[in-house]
Amino acid sequence: MPTISEKILAQKAGLNKVEAGQIVEASVDHIMVNDVTGLPAFEVYKKNFSKVKPKRERIVLIPDHYVPNKDIKSAEQAKAMREFAKRYKIDNYFEVGRGGVCHQIMIESGFVAPGRLIVGADSHTCSYGALGAFSTGIGSTEAACAMASGKLWFKVPETQKFIVHGRPNDYVMGKDIILHVIGDIGVEGSLYKTMEWYGTTIDSLTIADRISIANMAVEAGAKAGIIPPDKKVEEYLKYRVRGQYKPVYSDRNARYSGIFEYSAKDIPPTVAEPFLPEKTKPASEVSVRIDQAYLGSCTNGRIEDMRAAARVLKGRKVHPDVRMIVVPASTEIQRRMMFEGLTDIFIQAGAFVSGPTCGACLGGYMGVLANEEVCVSTTNRNFVGRMGDKGSKTYLANPYVVAASAVTGKITDPNELK
Amino acid sequence: MKKKERVWRFGNNVDTDQIIPAGYLVTADKKELARHAFERVRPEFAKKVKPGDIIVAGKNFGSGSSREHAPRALMGAGISCVIAESFARIFFRNSINIGLPLVEAKVDVKNGDRIEVDFTSGKIKTKKKVYGFKELPPFLLKLIESGGLVQYTKKKLK
Repeated sequence: MPTISEKILAQKAGLNKVEAGQIVEASVDHIMVNDVTGLPAFEVYKKNFSKVKPKRERIVLIPDHYVPNKDIKSAEQAKAMREFAKRYKIDNYFEVGRGGVCHQIMIESGFVAPGRLIVGADSHTCSYGALGAFSTGIGSTEAACAMASGKLWFKVPETQKFIVHGRPNDYVMGKDIILHVIGDIGVEGSLYKTMEWYGTTIDSLTIADRISIANMAVEAGAKAGIIPPDKKVEEYLKYRVRGQYKPVYSDRNARYSGIFEYSAKDIPPTVAEPFLPEKTKPASEVSVRIDQAYLGSCTNGRIEDMRAAARVLKGRKVHPDVRMIVVPASTEIQRRMMFEGLTDIFIQAGAFVSGPTCGACLGGYMGVLANEEVCVSTTNRNFVGRMGDKGSKTYLANPYVVAASAVTGKITDPNELK
Repeated sequence: MKKKERVWRFGNNVDTDQIIPAGYLVTADKKELARHAFERVRPEFAKKVKPGDIIVAGKNFGSGSSREHAPRALMGAGISCVIAESFARIFFRNSINIGLPLVEAKVDVKNGDRIEVDFTSGKIKTKKKVYGFKELPPFLLKLIESGGLVQYTKKKLK
């Protein structure tokens, strides 16, 4: 009767079975920190565990938020990570120019696999559920503790089942599906729970689209967002995964705290209006002028997302009143974009193409907004002041919508583009 | 805690970008972070907050990022505890792990009211009434009693 989450947590805690609500101490397969969340973790480690040999093969250090460094303080932060890696001989360190956004690197570099328990000091660590892992965001102090002991406490979550069936409409991606669901259940709809995803629509999605869905589980308050692994996951991992893995599936009569069903035909290209990811509307019903179009992030910075946007931008130009910023999520994606001619399509259209970084997603740099400016973005949050001045506004959308909007100068459903 | 402390009232979905904007995530120092707490949404907070003050909020307090800088900023500001109808989970974990007391309860108070939170008896006393709140699970109480996750981990590693 157990769910995927219950099985993985039981296994890693060395228990026969666990129940939702129970608190367990489990062994984690990997602990990841980025440049922003790493600094507090390293300071805690130095102060309290300096003589303890950390679990070096499990630790993954990925600078992404403020790299290449945007100012002196971020340079000091990144330096702290580099020094920690050197001091404790941590091989899994991804330097600027050979890395990217932390969640993309974790997945691309084969740390993620079905059945693993992975924690990361970043809220979008839930992304790895797209490959059947139980992965969740944690804080810096506990990341340091987990680096020292290899274990962490978890409250076993209840699980909700989400079923989406039918063929996705044109220009609809994983992003629209998760936005649609969050619009339905709210930003607290899955608070503390695991979202498990099923249905013919989910089966039909690429790994990239599945990652978008798992990535935004946290925006519904979820602890984890898991898609049972299938052949596509197996294929993806074949030449990539580090080590062995064993997929975990929910029992057929697993107990769910709620079951939600959706029909893909009801899901159009969707945007989330300021200032919450749950304020969703069909893109066709939003007519708002934009100043900036942003394509990138752990949510939608993959090659499939770039291809989608390039499909719209090919032969078109970015609107004179708009700046478009394209930010691949990793060095590997940056190269693919070049090989496939996508980089040139973007530049020819009048967009700015950057190297991999978290950039403006959290108002870091690479496209911060001024007062009263409006951005349509493939990122995952649109809280007040998220991408810049508190008087700025961010609309969340999929890559097709962002590209179409960049062309027209206002939020546009790509179906309506001439 | 037997003193009546001042309330800072917030609504629902107070997210971590409100608590501490991303631009300040270049230090881990509590006092430094406290200087920018709620800067964009409640600019007077950083200047006027006094040690002992209590935050009372609605649902989903601390939603958004995993940044531990959020509870650290509140601790640095001297906030003695946060009372909310519900907490976002990473904020909850971070607070427990670093020793910022949290209480899950729905209380009817206004900004500026003075209330008393008694952790031993599990009661919140406002001007109008007394609210009870549920104790944390035993393991989490043990963590807090140990002085936080770091102390707990150190003991286990010995």
